[in-house]
Amino acid sequence: MSSVKDWAAPNPITENRGGLIGKGVERYEGRLKVTGSAPYAYEVEAPSRPAIGYMATASIAKGRITRIDTTAAEASPGVLLVWTHLNVPAQAPRGTRANPRSQRPSNPALAGDRIENFGQTVAFVVADTFENARAAANLIEIEYAAEQGVVDFVASFDQADQPPGEEDVHIGDFPAAFAAAPVTVDETYESPVQNHVQMEPCATTAWWDGDKVTVHTSIQMVKGGQHALAETLAIPSDHVHLLTRYIGGGFGGKGQAYDDLILSALAARALGQPVKLAYTRQQMFHGTIHRPAVSMRVRLGAQPDGRLTAFAVEAITHCARNAIFTEHAANFSRNLYAAPNRLTGHRLVKMDLPGAGPMRAPGEAPGMLSLECAMDELAEKLGLDPIELRIRNEPDVDPETGKPFSVRQLVQCMRDGATRFGWERRNPKPGQVRDGRWLVGMGMAAAIRGNFLLPAKAGVRIDADGTITLRQGMTDIGTGTYTILAQITAETMGVPMEQVKVEMGDSNFPPAPGSGGQFGAATAGSAAYEAGMNLRKALTALAVGDPNSPLYGGPAEYVTFENGNIAIENRSETLAALVARAAPDGVYVEGSISPAADARDYSQHTYGAHFAEVGVDTVTGEVRMRKMFGVFAAGRILNAKTARSQITGGMIWGVGTALTESNVVDARYGSFINQDMAGYLVPAHADIVDLDAIFLDEADDKANPMGIKGVGELGICGAGAAVANAIYNATGVRLRDYPMTPEKVLEGMLAVGL
Amino acid sequence: MKTTITVNGTARTLDVDSRTTLLDALREHIGLIGSKKGCDHGQCGACTVLVNGARINSCLSLLAMHDGDQVTTIEGLGTAENLHPVQQAFLENDAFQCGYCTPGQICSAVGMLQEAADGWPSQVMEDVAAMVDLSEAEIRERMSGNICRCSAYPQIVAAIRSVAGDAA
Repeated sequence: MSSVKDWAAPNPITENRGGLIGKGVERYEGRLKVTGSAPYAYEVEAPSRPAIGYMATASIAKGRITRIDTTAAEASPGVLLVWTHLNVPAQAPRGTRANPRSQRPSNPALAGDRIENFGQTVAFVVADTFENARAAANLIEIEYAAEQGVVDFVASFDQADQPPGEEDVHIGDFPAAFAAAPVTVDETYESPVQNHVQMEPCATTAWWDGDKVTVHTSIQMVKGGQHALAETLAIPSDHVHLLTRYIGGGFGGKGQAYDDLILSALAARALGQPVKLAYTRQQMFHGTIHRPAVSMRVRLGAQPDGRLTAFAVEAITHCARNAIFTEHAANFSRNLYAAPNRLTGHRLVKMDLPGAGPMRAPGEAPGMLSLECAMDELAEKLGLDPIELRIRNEPDVDPETGKPFSVRQLVQCMRDGATRFGWERRNPKPGQVRDGRWLVGMGMAAAIRGNFLLPAKAGVRIDADGTITLRQGMTDIGTGTYTILAQITAETMGVPMEQVKVEMGDSNFPPAPGSGGQFGAATAGSAAYEAGMNLRKALTALAVGDPNSPLYGGPAEYVTFENGNIAIENRSETLAALVARAAPDGVYVEGSISPAADARDYSQHTYGAHFAEVGVDTVTGEVRMRKMFGVFAAGRILNAKTARSQITGGMIWGVGTALTESNVVDARYGSFINQDMAGYLVPAHADIVDLDAIFLDEADDKANPMGIKGVGELGICGAGAAVANAIYNATGVRLRDYPMTPEKVLEGMLAVGL
Repeated sequence: MKTTITVNGTARTLDVDSRTTLLDALREHIGLIGSKKGCDHGQCGACTVLVNGARINSCLSLLAMHDGDQVTTIEGLGTAENLHPVQQAFLENDAFQCGYCTPGQICSAVGMLQEAADGWPSQVMEDVAAMVDLSEAEIRERMSGNICRCSAYPQIVAAIRSVAGDAA
């Protein structure tokens, strides 16, 4: 196993002779996307015209189907099949892992008469057209024996347990230190259920060839989807060819196999023709995962100079009864601020709601909404600037583990951001700045998000015309993966971008873990880099061993790759010439990456600082963004353009978190009240004003050979808290219940006499 | 029932279910996949196309309502080799990520630029009788029917402004 010492050696990426690393090149697949010609899962060309599926879903949260009548649906025009739990083909029981190497177990659809959440699929129709399938699905009659489910989170805190296998982290003596602290904050912050609302609903097109199935599906994890389908159908995984080339947004919500994948594959087999199935927008809210609500109690105890002596962050959250998931909302706080006496932990309520699961920056995204406001509250009590308070609690080493940081530029992010944003314009006394009917305020928050590297492989081949093709079972959910892999491959091989092709999202390709946890670029990219380095070795051996090559005889250690040439000083030829002559069938090699044995000796994170300026309408309570700026440090940046887009996108998610995004449970039915995009409000164009971000120069040689880190999730971390702190600075109203909608703001302003 | 529409300059006669939306007619029957189904309820804008030059949500409109209409989809604006200026601006400004809302954003922007040129007022204009100045605020207001969950809004506004600037 490699060591971080190996990673620190100079390499083609860190040398960047071609200048492609960091360059804001246009998206690799950009032309396909702006012309509408990139086929998403529901749009791929099948061997013949697909039949269309449509799902019917449960209208209770918990209970049993007592009667289901499909007679009218079956007689409806164009209907090809109608399935319920009574007649769906055999599937492996849920959780089956016949192959111990499967990354995901079986996940059968229509698996029984039990209802475990509102919106569970209870029947499935396939017809010749979408209109006929939808009409028939609406003719299915279902009766239930409903049972009382646990659906009210706040009313169920007494049922909260320690998540399985976890313990609270105690360091020092928090209770004593908190009791002794001269200045304290003890507040609880609430964040609601949130939904991913990817623009493309989950969808699959499936067809069979003999006993093998091809599925084009919208999923973030290629192997996970392939294995889940194979386990569910009880067939070998190499009988499932899963493709996911273009994905209309994921954000964590497409990390697993849903019913569209299972049912379309089953129906295509039963009918002997291609079948495609998409969730409706409404079905997405219940049929796929959501971010659970989190209630966080934060207790801070400080000395008069601002130094924290007592620090506790405790989260209560929830998940589905039969799908354990913990939103680790307190974890980030273990690495952020110094304090000798610490307590952090989680409690989990099992509920009869749809499955909770990861959504962009799971843990940090809701978690930072609490602590980063509590720090603002503490700063005010101490009479300190919020940045200064954070600087006074900047740790020398990881405050929980004592490990050294690989690199940490949090203070630089805050200082640089303050200057660029104009933080000195902020009046620390709230409610002082008026602009007509608006009150104006500024807030800031820190950002932290862990950095990860997972095992991955990549394959790369060069053909006789010099074209270099990278192949990887990786996904691009809009993150820019195609583009950065092309840049890495081109820079590693010393060729122009035009000479590189990237093929991804295919279960036949060398596996990568997919998109999630902001590990994609570092993980897939490092494997691509290693594959490229192996291709350099192979081509070097080819050239120095070929009497017809100007490089014949070496020395191999002096070989360079630049401008499409392989060279030893002034002896050179093009890669195309070498391969055409010496290996006309092309050269294919693979590379792999895995975490270095000693990488975890370092505390590795990405950091940032958010600055927000808002106006609050004193008449309506409406909050309008006026300006937002972020400074981030996330290792070496591969592409200035796509990285900025990732980060600003995350910041805008933070604005949605602070101001509009919430799903409310209807306790009568265990349903989410907001089931569409008119009810669940994500930010729109008019909500976002003057928002930008920059990256500090950085390279983290403990992270991976390229010194890069993830940027996909960092932008949301802390962003909502900066907005909340700006609302406080504008009005003097401290809200601790997200989102900060006009009625809450107005009520708060009335309470403080505004 | 039979409906004849002209799509990107080509007349098409379709004989399909009367419940077929214009969006599904384009995607499922004509094979133009660029117009996207994000919500099927007129809430997201991913299905935006131009009908007789004006932008509409094609999911909220039945095909049968468009007999004789001229429809322009993203495929009718430009090709990968010959991009429409708005497509080119989206590419250069990185005004998209996952790409699913992008055809709708671009069609909407093309329709919006024409509306502005034609002097259509908006809520954020101080003087609705004045010439439309496509400021950032004006673009944001006029583009708010098109959701981008990846939240490429700053980049989209920059892209549209670059085109609006060229046109002025």
